[in-house]
Amino acid sequence: MDWEVVIGLEVHAQLNTTTKIFCGCPTAFGAEPNLHTCPVCLAMPGALPVLNGAAVDKAIALGLAIGAELNRHSIFARKNYFYPDLPKGYQISQYELPVVGKGALTVQLPDGGEKVVGVTRAHLEEDAGKSLHEAFIGQSGIDLNRAGTPLLEIVSEPDMRSSVEAVAYLKKLHTLVRYLDICDGNMQEGSFRCDANVSLRRPGAPYGTRAEIKNLNSFRFLEKAIEYEIVRQRDILESGGRIVQETRLYDANRDETRSMRGKEEANDYRYFPDPDLLPLVLDESRIERVRETLPELPDARRMRFMRQYALPAYDAGVLTAGRTLADYYEQVAVGVDGKLAANWVMGDLLGALNKAGVELEDCPVSAGKLRLLVQRIEDQTISGKIAKDIFDELFHRGGEVDAIIDSRGLRQITDVAAIAAMVDAIVTAHPQQAADFRAGKDKLLGFFVGQVMKASQGKANPDQVNAILLEHLQKG
Amino acid sequence: MAFDQDTVRRTAHLARIALPQTEIPAVADQLERIMGLVEELRAIETTDVPIMAHPLDLDQPLRPDTVVNQDQREVLMASAPAAEHGLFLVPKVIE
Repeated sequence: MDWEVVIGLEVHAQLNTTTKIFCGCPTAFGAEPNLHTCPVCLAMPGALPVLNGAAVDKAIALGLAIGAELNRHSIFARKNYFYPDLPKGYQISQYELPVVGKGALTVQLPDGGEKVVGVTRAHLEEDAGKSLHEAFIGQSGIDLNRAGTPLLEIVSEPDMRSSVEAVAYLKKLHTLVRYLDICDGNMQEGSFRCDANVSLRRPGAPYGTRAEIKNLNSFRFLEKAIEYEIVRQRDILESGGRIVQETRLYDANRDETRSMRGKEEANDYRYFPDPDLLPLVLDESRIERVRETLPELPDARRMRFMRQYALPAYDAGVLTAGRTLADYYEQVAVGVDGKLAANWVMGDLLGALNKAGVELEDCPVSAGKLRLLVQRIEDQTISGKIAKDIFDELFHRGGEVDAIIDSRGLRQITDVAAIAAMVDAIVTAHPQQAADFRAGKDKLLGFFVGQVMKASQGKANPDQVNAILLEHLQKG
Repeated sequence: MAFDQDTVRRTAHLARIALPQTEIPAVADQLERIMGLVEELRAIETTDVPIMAHPLDLDQPLRPDTVVNQDQREVLMASAPAAEHGLFLVPKVIE
């Protein structure tokens, strides 16, 4: 009998506010240690937290985007644990009444299907600082610049049934937070990270005991950690053992998860409402103000791309995965064939960026230049093949499309007489192949087309070459 | 409810309180009485009573997202028992 895997994700998205959640210290990454601190985020006696309105608005934006209930009344709570990078001895979080309630995210799967994943809740909380263990003997260094950075913890329902579904959900959420401009999505720097709850059960049976895998900071690690965990739990269950509810860490170097022993005893957070903070009340005008600033969301944009540019679902999905890419594509697609523009953006452009390790934001070929290049294919000034050479030059050396066409003499040959002359010369030079073609070896047409294109240095219009060749060979 | 000595020890550990063995029976007894009071409160029907998160009937004021804090690292760290290279130093912690 098979096992069914049950997965729920807890995602921590660092909100891209200018200041911390409860004080006016900057959140900028990479400053000297402890420069961005004040009595509030250092937990000096008597210092009081004051909530950042922008963090609230960003939480509202996520709630609206996933069709979630927004709790008009939510409560901040203290989550108590002891660690030196948490100066107060508790983290301010939300427990009983989070700001965002139940919602859902529709996720596109690699096989073309869709799945609706429930979101249980999303709550505001503060991040901890950083501990540095290496530099000091017998001591740890504490940097509290990150302490108090706003986080939105987004908790899913245990709705996912494979690592593929979990990755698709995480990718969709990653796309969404960047569209909403509430989180920069930088997974290397930890601004978007995830914990995975994984358990196995027999289909139809109640949920099994779960293990929580902490701090997965890439899509690939999420997938591999879940795959490892499935095998580990299956082996235990099939040999008659029991799964222990525990926290585990994924070690990417060894591709395995390991128990973080000793933590179980401490996992009693003794939540209680934080007396320093009053209840957060959302009024309708605030919610409406955020609603008005929402951009077109990925799902709506994907559907529009399919309709407006006549794109297949796959292309529309790739092009709307990031807001910058979707914006770039829309600039290329103005007045040209949508599918042709999509092929260029997804193929040549993304390929070149990937190969050069360059982000789209720093792309040397502007959307305007790529549009002109596509236009020159459409108006038959150049062939698609020549266009690839020009794109290469634009990408690596810069320049202007028309100037490159003129200076390198790349204009497509569409003059019937000129093509006919080349065709005549090629057919005359290959009498044997011409005879074979006429005797029924149709495949030889490709050979002749190749020869003519070569003679024209790729500049002859391929459709015309085909037509004129056929006419010439059949007549001959 | 039974507040035995093991529960007292565990609670003290979670709260990071050093509790001498000799004091445990007395603390167990006190906690037992406190829990008795909690049990009494629990018996009250509160299903339809909204959560009171704060005794004051006020809303949380919100702050504009602008930087107001200047670098005062030197002053703020002056009271730290140990600091080096701008970092607070604490006894080694490894997970």
